[in-house]
Amino acid sequence: MPDEPLIRLDWIVDNLGEIGRRLGEHIVMTVIAVIIGFVISFALALLVRRYHSLAGPVLAASGVLYTVPSLALFALVSYTVLILVRNVLTGLDSVPPDVSEAAVGMGVTVSQRLWRIELPIALPVIVAGLRIATVTTIGLVTVTSLIGQGGLGYLIVTIGINQFFSTPIYVGAILSVALAIGADVALLRIQQVLTPWARSRAG
Amino acid sequence: MVAFDHVTKRYSGSGEPAVSELTFTIPAGEICVLVGPSGSGKTTTMKMVNRLIEPTSGRVTIDGTDVMSLPAVDLRRRIGYVIQQVGLFPHLTVAENVAVVPRLLRWKEQRIRDRVDELLDLVGLDPATYRRRYPAELSGGERQRIGVVRAMAADPAVMLMDEPFGAVDPIRRDRLQNEFLRLQAKVRKTIVFVTHDVDEAIKMADRIAILQKGGILAQYDTPDAILAQPASEFVERFVGADRGLKRLSLGRVQDVPLIDPVIVHAGEPRETARKRLEEKGEVDYALLVDERRRPLGWIDRRDLAGDGTVDPAAATPGAPTLGPESTLRDALSAMLSSSVQLGVVVDERDAVIGLVSVDRIGEVLRAPVTAAPVG
Repeated sequence: MPDEPLIRLDWIVDNLGEIGRRLGEHIVMTVIAVIIGFVISFALALLVRRYHSLAGPVLAASGVLYTVPSLALFALVSYTVLILVRNVLTGLDSVPPDVSEAAVGMGVTVSQRLWRIELPIALPVIVAGLRIATVTTIGLVTVTSLIGQGGLGYLIVTIGINQFFSTPIYVGAILSVALAIGADVALLRIQQVLTPWARSRAG
Repeated sequence: MVAFDHVTKRYSGSGEPAVSELTFTIPAGEICVLVGPSGSGKTTTMKMVNRLIEPTSGRVTIDGTDVMSLPAVDLRRRIGYVIQQVGLFPHLTVAENVAVVPRLLRWKEQRIRDRVDELLDLVGLDPATYRRRYPAELSGGERQRIGVVRAMAADPAVMLMDEPFGAVDPIRRDRLQNEFLRLQAKVRKTIVFVTHDVDEAIKMADRIAILQKGGILAQYDTPDAILAQPASEFVERFVGADRGLKRLSLGRVQDVPLIDPVIVHAGEPRETARKRLEEKGEVDYALLVDERRRPLGWIDRRDLAGDGTVDPAAATPGAPTLGPESTLRDALSAMLSSSVQLGVVVDERDAVIGLVSVDRIGEVLRAPVTAAPVG
């Protein structure tokens, strides 16, 4: 049909339920992957902080995991881990040494130092990693539909490409991008609310 | 009271000890400044008080209790700690920074709030303005002040200060030092203060411990005694060739036996004034004062010759006036640059108390120094 428009609004209106369901799947997969990845990364980072000799093996392993093409979720999680382990560690390392020294000298215990001093100070760097991981995961979830998962990739691949029909391709792509931008902005806002101190600078 | 008893610190893998057989006692309520060149173990010595570093042998005691017998965390909460880079927590407001140790000690919220406001007032920072600010919103001097009051928050008897004013410019440092001395006069903490700056040590210390390489105690005494009688060539070189001048900054005009001035009033007969001046013998000038004994100027012996009355127009104005609390250094400086080399010491109502001369200052410096007893 040569007169076929690039985007058929009537198809969108007729399939709002389907689009919403795929968008929901996309969000759920992203959130699960990032949360699991974050928990693993966090634990690994703390382990590395405690046992410095583990730094090499952990970072190497997190890189290798990512290259293993297996279960979709596993791939998503391991990508998040790859990014976040480094960011959590960088964040914790960014705590100025005088701040840590003052904390110890004032009688702050090891765990109080971590939870009340170091992690809050590392938060902007950790959230920066979280933003990269989330945006990337949203993109990767689109691709996972190639191996039969749902999400917005389903609109693009299963309906669009397989049926030579452009509208779902556009819908899927635009929603993916919008979701990525929205998640990025939302995380940035959350970080700004949680770390009011990081914005204030002497005028 | 903080006491070091044969304290040695040896790091594994290095032959020379960082601190060797230190024995000295810091009386309660005094500032003890640890001073010495780099590698003299002054910071190491200080950190053994709150166990940031633990001694290899010997004992550090606070009021008789060995610091090693207490849990490190409890010990540190009872000792104020101030470092050069301040180390304020950037994610906490000024009030939260100051409240860290009281919170660790589980004070009631209301008590913490009152204490924070009291401390901010104490260093001249309006609580309403500063309470909610973050460290990034403060100037260097303000940060330094917050660092000091944070260390005082739980009212510790002992405070450790590691070059606390080292990171600010000289003018601000002077102001912070003076402010801290005024504060200390009120709170009377036992303070271990580390610096590499001899002048700061002389200014701040009740007692100075001079350390030399390897953490050996070269001399432990009052600043005046160290400047008057350096115990070794090392100390003499370390305090500097101008130690006589440095002592002048320590002495006050009130420490000098004042000369009774010959006072004359305008309109008084020259003959009686001349007689009083001759009886006195020591000075060649009479001091002309007004009806409230405020100095107006000097009358030369020659202007009192002959008959008639004292002529105020003959007076040489510009006698430097000094308060009893002026340092001898300021007094000498004022006297050297005036025409009559005498300083007029006045009380808070500007009335003359007496005179000070260069000779009298010299006598004070030559008098033997008796060290204040420890304890």
